[in-house]
Amino acid sequence: MHDFAYHRPSSVADAVKALGSASDGKLLAGGQSLLPTLRQRLAEPSDVIDLGAIAELKGIKVEGDGITIGATTTHAEVAASADVKKTIPALAVLAGGIGDRQVRHRGTIGGSLANNDPAADYPAAVLGLGATIRTNKREIKADDYFKGLFETALGDGEIITAVHFPKPEKAGYMKFEQPASRFCLVGVFVAKTKAGLRVAVTGAGPCVFRSKELEAALGSNFTADAAKAVKLKADGLNSDLHGSPEYRAALISVMAARAAAAAG
Amino acid sequence: MPTVSMTVNGKPVTGEVEGRTLLVHFLRDKLHLTGTHVGCDTAQCGACTVHLDGKAVKSCNVLALQANGAKVTTIEGLATNGTLHPMQEAFRDNHGLQCGYCTPGMVMAAVSLVKDVPNPSEDQIRHGLDGNICRCTGYHNIVKAVKAGAQAMGGK
Amino acid sequence: MPNDIATQTGIGARVKRKEDFRFLTGRGTYTDDINRPGQTYAYILRSPHAAADIVKIDASKAKAAPGVVAVFTGADYEKGGLPAGWQIHSKDGSPMIEPPHFPLCKDKVRHVGDQVALVCAETYAQARDAAELIEVDYKETTPIVNVGDADKAGAPQVWPEAKNNVCYDWHLGDKAATDAAFAKAAHVTKIDLVNQRLIPNAMEPRAAIGDFDRATGEFTLYTTSQNPHVIRLLMGAFVLQIPEAKLRVVAPDVGGGFGSKIFHYAEEALVTWAAGKIERPVKWTAERSESFLTDAHGRDHVSHAELALDKDGKFLGLRVSTKANMGAYLSTFAPCIPTYLYATLLAGVYTTPAIYCEVKALFTHTAVVDAYRGAGRPECTYLLERLVEKAARETGMDRVEIRRKNFIPVNAFPYQTPVALQYDSGDYFSTLDMALKMSDWAGFEKRKADAKARGKLRGIGISTYIEACGIAPSAVVGSLGARAGLYECGSIRVHPTGSVTVFTGSHSHGQGHETTFAQLVSEGLGISIENVEVSHGDTNKVPFGMGTYGSRSLAVGGSALVKAMDKVIAKSKKIAAHLLEASVADIEFKDGKFTVVGTDKSKTLGEIALAAYVPHNYPITELEPGLEETAFYDPLNFTFPGGTHVCEVEVDPETGVVQVVNFTAADDIGRVINPMIVEGQVHGGVAQGIGQALLEGAAYDAESGQLLTGSYMDYCMPRADNVPNIQVGNHATMCTHNPLGSKGVGEVGAIGSPPAVINAVLDALLPLGVKDITMPATPYKVWQAIQSAKKAAE
Repeated sequence: MHDFAYHRPSSVADAVKALGSASDGKLLAGGQSLLPTLRQRLAEPSDVIDLGAIAELKGIKVEGDGITIGATTTHAEVAASADVKKTIPALAVLAGGIGDRQVRHRGTIGGSLANNDPAADYPAAVLGLGATIRTNKREIKADDYFKGLFETALGDGEIITAVHFPKPEKAGYMKFEQPASRFCLVGVFVAKTKAGLRVAVTGAGPCVFRSKELEAALGSNFTADAAKAVKLKADGLNSDLHGSPEYRAALISVMAARAAAAAG
Repeated sequence: MPTVSMTVNGKPVTGEVEGRTLLVHFLRDKLHLTGTHVGCDTAQCGACTVHLDGKAVKSCNVLALQANGAKVTTIEGLATNGTLHPMQEAFRDNHGLQCGYCTPGMVMAAVSLVKDVPNPSEDQIRHGLDGNICRCTGYHNIVKAVKAGAQAMGGK
Repeated sequence: MPNDIATQTGIGARVKRKEDFRFLTGRGTYTDDINRPGQTYAYILRSPHAAADIVKIDASKAKAAPGVVAVFTGADYEKGGLPAGWQIHSKDGSPMIEPPHFPLCKDKVRHVGDQVALVCAETYAQARDAAELIEVDYKETTPIVNVGDADKAGAPQVWPEAKNNVCYDWHLGDKAATDAAFAKAAHVTKIDLVNQRLIPNAMEPRAAIGDFDRATGEFTLYTTSQNPHVIRLLMGAFVLQIPEAKLRVVAPDVGGGFGSKIFHYAEEALVTWAAGKIERPVKWTAERSESFLTDAHGRDHVSHAELALDKDGKFLGLRVSTKANMGAYLSTFAPCIPTYLYATLLAGVYTTPAIYCEVKALFTHTAVVDAYRGAGRPECTYLLERLVEKAARETGMDRVEIRRKNFIPVNAFPYQTPVALQYDSGDYFSTLDMALKMSDWAGFEKRKADAKARGKLRGIGISTYIEACGIAPSAVVGSLGARAGLYECGSIRVHPTGSVTVFTGSHSHGQGHETTFAQLVSEGLGISIENVEVSHGDTNKVPFGMGTYGSRSLAVGGSALVKAMDKVIAKSKKIAAHLLEASVADIEFKDGKFTVVGTDKSKTLGEIALAAYVPHNYPITELEPGLEETAFYDPLNFTFPGGTHVCEVEVDPETGVVQVVNFTAADDIGRVINPMIVEGQVHGGVAQGIGQALLEGAAYDAESGQLLTGSYMDYCMPRADNVPNIQVGNHATMCTHNPLGSKGVGEVGAIGSPPAVINAVLDALLPLGVKDITMPATPYKVWQAIQSAKKAAE
């Protein structure tokens, strides 16, 4: 990778300052996506600002009727958290299935959401549960956050500090892994929430999205069979070596059915 | 150049690095701990696995500077006073290695797996090693070794 | 207790490996672990295009960049090209087309990853940074990547001298007899198959360090090689013109090869050459992405085959036509893989009396293709076992019975096939019965019903295979175009106090030679295994060697050691006779002792050795002092391991996922020295075969020639949860022509398994009407096949 100036601020304020004074600064959380990108010289930041020493960004707490997870909390910490397992077991399952053991020890929820990889897991939970993304500047609703391929609502100098997940009535997550990378070829998060039935799909399109068809089907009948019966259109879904849009469309129904079954 | 300090295999070390220097290169090039290997450039193969503050990580996917102040254990630090760690011993007893290249990372990942799941089933071992690739063994004897190693570790 | 040696550490004992301690403690020394004083680091600028003219290269900015010691381009390189080690002649008698293969491209690039410039700098990062400053003006042209299209009219041409991209158009067998067999057939089964391109992916990426001694003019190359002597020969004689006496090649610990580290690569020549130019060591280590682009790939065949059967299901004739991809250049052994390691095996384990095979080798704008675990034999086995399976389905015969019916009978050995080879021994019935029993073939229907209740489609598949290894009789291969002999060299040095160093030309990179050969010598000389050290991989230590490939180490390298031991024992007998004042004819060597027959007078090997090195009381007029013997063993024939593999899979019809749930390998590999190591070899080979069948496949974009599977993000490597426990059985018939009776085990797993897996997948999908699937049978492809079958049924 190209060389860069490395910063390790101990507060969000200092991180914002470092980012502001860099000509092309990049925030580094767990680095599990950023570092491979830099190694392949696909990005060339002047400065890298490591959020790893900022205590205020870490931790999991039960808050109101849900759970709040600090931005630099690792996937392993979320997967192992008794509070998460109790409040939203599907979220613990999802975190415990991201990447591999080593990646889960470093990768963070904030990093995943800021990157918004179309094949990442967390966007499915955030959108599926109708979570709120908290930044140093504001709160952003999940429905307003994911903007497109690697694109989010985050502005310049904006840093994710935490994510708040409301507790659903029930929820389930199931993914079909791309065989080589083991990222999501299709991941489906289904949740019965106070605000209604939500189904979020990751991996299949350029960005996580909600499936109105599945929400309607599962909203009236929360069963695997109801999900399986939904035939989705393949338009706009991703196509690569590992699957056509049609395959992905079919997998969405299958994974939704299995997620609904897992939700109980 | 920035300076980084950490404890590696129980010994405090300090060295100059570039911002971009990866932990694995600091270990290999500056500390001459060449037991930690590099097998890919996309953080998939796990040959570079070390323990960072007790947790298995891919040292090719961590900047040396991110490990400032941390405790690092590499394969060289696993055996104590010339006695193999039970997991190392189990790999030898069960022929869990052939060319030896993935072995350090595989052993470090296996020790980490057993810390999380003290008595793993075959299925848990197979899924639990998904961050490590071996091309020689077909995994058959690695799975056997991890099972035996876990038993020998007695849940520790 | 000498007998303990035989039972505890001798032939047949499960001895724990001597090499493991260093690997398990991080003390192994791989090429990238070596650093030479004053070394520079090399980065190779590679072509981003599959096909382009190099219009201009401007390296001036790179030369001025921080830390840069030198930048070399094709114009600077004045030495020779990389040679091909085997010459094939076409049907018409003309020799194959052998285009030049310079380590740095001169005027054109011919695949993505082709070497364009070499940068040497004080650090690797500086070399890589500087490489970005090299300005290359390319004029892109249209590439050809698919072998099936490479000889079609209008296809882009890789080399002007290779018309229609044909390297050679070769054939084997009796065409007229085969045509006659088809004319009287009751049934003909036809099949079209692709044996997809694979990327070997040894876990250690290739690396090379060139070193030049200014005082002596000697060059040293440290390299990730399976055969350092072969590299010294090829690079010294053909590429850089350095005499052997001035060139040392060291292959230290090597992290797997699977064939991909047999060949002489451009980077080896470049670092050695550049070290001489700048008079400093030059170290290059591949990034994995470079390995994907530039390691020799494997397989890549497109074939059509036809099998003629009589009304009872006996095979009458076989006709095969294959196009084999060579890539952009000829790699070291590439020409012989789809010919003499492929077509010569087409009789398989069957009595097919007439066989005719045509093979067209074609150039494309892709990485070179050469031997990868199995090399030609997996392609052959896959073709035969898919074809036989299809014939059984078409004729309604039982899949096992059709095979049994056509097996070469046990009493027919030595058996001359119609495609040149003579099998020395085998018993295909016993390995078949063993595999059926171990896999509980008979109980399959119940397991299938259980799976159905869980929503899964279960299938079982079989493959009965043979392969030829223990490569190879030099005179035979010489007559077929090999440009080298294929013997092996072994040396036994008995030290004055009785410990032994074994020098072998068979390099070990995972196979455990340091243990297996120590067992062999420990038993052969009756000394403790702790007193035997095995040395390999350094041309300055080992007298000579042809290296490790084609499952030859034990059958050929081990036999060389047996011959060297025979010489040591013969000389020791003479020394013992002198010391014991007996005649040589009366000296018997047994259990590590040289005894005068019928007496209790004896000498140990240690005592003999001491006398040989301190020859105070010694037959000095008849014998030289010292106790060290070297032998070259040239095999009399190939060896022919064979066996039966059975695979059982479950398919998830909703997602297309195939899970291998049982795998059984019953093999005949001749005599086994260390069963633990042998089982490990089978496990690894089977995992690679499962990888080929279900997961792995190199894909180039047909239009741009870019490698689409250029990292582990897209090239699917088998991981622990892709592979089941593997049951291994062994039924040995001895090789009749080498002193050990051993046949070889390195490749059987990868040869027998892919058709067993695919036959199982097709068996599972049979109820849905799926008749064909291509490798790798990924979830996506299986799902597509199911959808197409459903549509066809509507």
